[in-house]
Amino acid sequence: MQTIDPLVGGGKRSVSRRTLAIAGGALLLLALPMLTAMLDEPYLVTLFSRILIYALAAVSLDLMLGFGGMVSLGHAAFFGVGAYVVCILSAHGFEGTPVLTRPFTVGGHESALVLWPLAVLLAAMAAAVIGALSLRTSGMHFIMITLAFAQMIYYFFVSLEAYGGDDGMSLFTRNTMPGIDLADDRQFYYLCLAALAAFLFFAHRLVNSRFGMVIRGCKENERRMKSLGFPTFRYRLVCFVIAGAGAGLAGALITNQTEYVSPGLMHWTRSGEILVMVLLGGMGTLFGPVLGAAALLLMEELLSIYTEHWMVYLGPFLILVVLFAKRGIYGWIAGGNGNHG
Amino acid sequence: MLLFVEQLLNGLQLGIMLFLMSAGLTLVFGIMQVINLAHGSFYMIGAYVGATVTAQTGSFVLGCLAALPAAAVAGMAVEILVLRRLYKKDHLDQVLATFGLIMFFNELTRIVWGRQPLFMDVPAWLAGSIELIPGVPYPSYRIAVIAVGILVCVLLYLLFTRTRIGMQIRAGASNREMAGALGVNIRLLYTLVFGLGTLLAGLAGVMAGPILAVESGMGESILILTFVVIVIGGIGSIRGALVGALLVGLVDTLGRAFLPLLLRMFFSPAYADGVAASLASMSVYLLMAAVLVCRPRGLLPAHG
Repeated sequence: MQTIDPLVGGGKRSVSRRTLAIAGGALLLLALPMLTAMLDEPYLVTLFSRILIYALAAVSLDLMLGFGGMVSLGHAAFFGVGAYVVCILSAHGFEGTPVLTRPFTVGGHESALVLWPLAVLLAAMAAAVIGALSLRTSGMHFIMITLAFAQMIYYFFVSLEAYGGDDGMSLFTRNTMPGIDLADDRQFYYLCLAALAAFLFFAHRLVNSRFGMVIRGCKENERRMKSLGFPTFRYRLVCFVIAGAGAGLAGALITNQTEYVSPGLMHWTRSGEILVMVLLGGMGTLFGPVLGAAALLLMEELLSIYTEHWMVYLGPFLILVVLFAKRGIYGWIAGGNGNHG
Repeated sequence: MLLFVEQLLNGLQLGIMLFLMSAGLTLVFGIMQVINLAHGSFYMIGAYVGATVTAQTGSFVLGCLAALPAAAVAGMAVEILVLRRLYKKDHLDQVLATFGLIMFFNELTRIVWGRQPLFMDVPAWLAGSIELIPGVPYPSYRIAVIAVGILVCVLLYLLFTRTRIGMQIRAGASNREMAGALGVNIRLLYTLVFGLGTLLAGLAGVMAGPILAVESGMGESILILTFVVIVIGGIGSIRGALVGALLVGLVDTLGRAFLPLLLRMFFSPAYADGVAASLASMSVYLLMAAVLVCRPRGLLPAHG
């Protein structure tokens, strides 16, 4: 096994445990549709699309949580905003009715190339407003305030009767994209994989850039970064917005995957689940949250086969993880302190 | 006018409930520096135990008397088993572990009591209504809730200012090491404070039983409002919790009642109702945002 050419990184040592783990994981994900076809379990492709989408949301949260040290308990809000933007505009596009008539007319649309960037943009704008207010505080306040703002957005969509209110709304058909048939589960799976890979690459570049260093510095000691002359508030806000935008993209994908949105997407327990994924996989690593998302969702699937009350086991398991296994799955597989981008 | 007084009392009653929840939680946050998401679970435990005992014995008072120790004992057990290990850890660990506790308790109540919500009846001797102000009948049960809340408020004030244990709690809050060095048993004190907080949450839960449905997950909706109250009032400040709770209770209730009427003056009824519903459900969070912009540490911060 020593002779395998390292696919990623190319650090000083030729092949590390970490490189092997990442290459193995990537190969497994690439080959998954073939494997499931052989096993005759097409459902697994759908399940893994879901895992990839949640992984994307978890990686985006880890950007601000693991690297920026901002413990947000409202990340699902941006996920939900992205999802709703796509669903609402698609519905109007399908019916051919305008979304807004005042102050100017905005029509619906069904093309992913228009809708998804728009979902990212609106999620980023929501993150900019919420971030600007919440980042005035830190620590315990920050956790509670992000949570409260996320619940505000949740209740906003619950009371939005025109778009289903509490019951949510269905997407009539998946969005269209030139050259790719999103309605095909395998093609959709590869698109999710590509989106996750692109975001991981972007995040990798980001955390190792000067910007990333400043953000990580703020996590270690904000006061010192401030006295070095960095406008830390702005850096943190930009990080918060980037994380929100990533969650918005994940939201756009989940709408297309489930073809349904509801306020439940942004309920605060969803934010908690995404947080659990990050911690379970390994905070402050880029691949950890991907593993965490896979572990949590697979565990839910498996436990729910045996018992309807799987949460009664998952809860105490979570407490044990917090108390005894801080490094997460990625730290355990990749060795070392697991603390590299 | 009649409607206004009625809604004012409703707001007061919601505020009292929120105060019972936030008084305990703000102490846990302020004194132990631990963020506890599972506080709503004790509210739920109080409601479930209260509803069960009331249904078995037919006496609401017995239900209340059973709910309080149940919530307090559950709280102290959780403090000793889980939270005690989290004091030295960072907030993220506390969030995750208490999130695990919520999952556990919600599912446990589903296993024990089933998925169907329980309904509690208002006890017969409180079923009528009283005319506090002539011409404005108001349910006596809700008046009783308000009275109990005011009583708890006074008792808490006396506990903190007039008793030895209250003094020790205040000492532990302002300087943990110093209080410990002077001979206060900090570990025991923390367990007691936590138990007191969960007892108050259980009281709020059992009193909410006849007003709302008793169901799994009922603690979460009030928990978030409790957080808003604590942020508005300032972490660790009981006076802040009182002011914040009343503000949130009034803004939420009055917003829901009067925003539609107000907006109908300017827009078409259908449009006004839609916008008002959205605005009303967001009103307390907008209030929180406004407080944050002006006073990031809350209206009445605990220290300095």
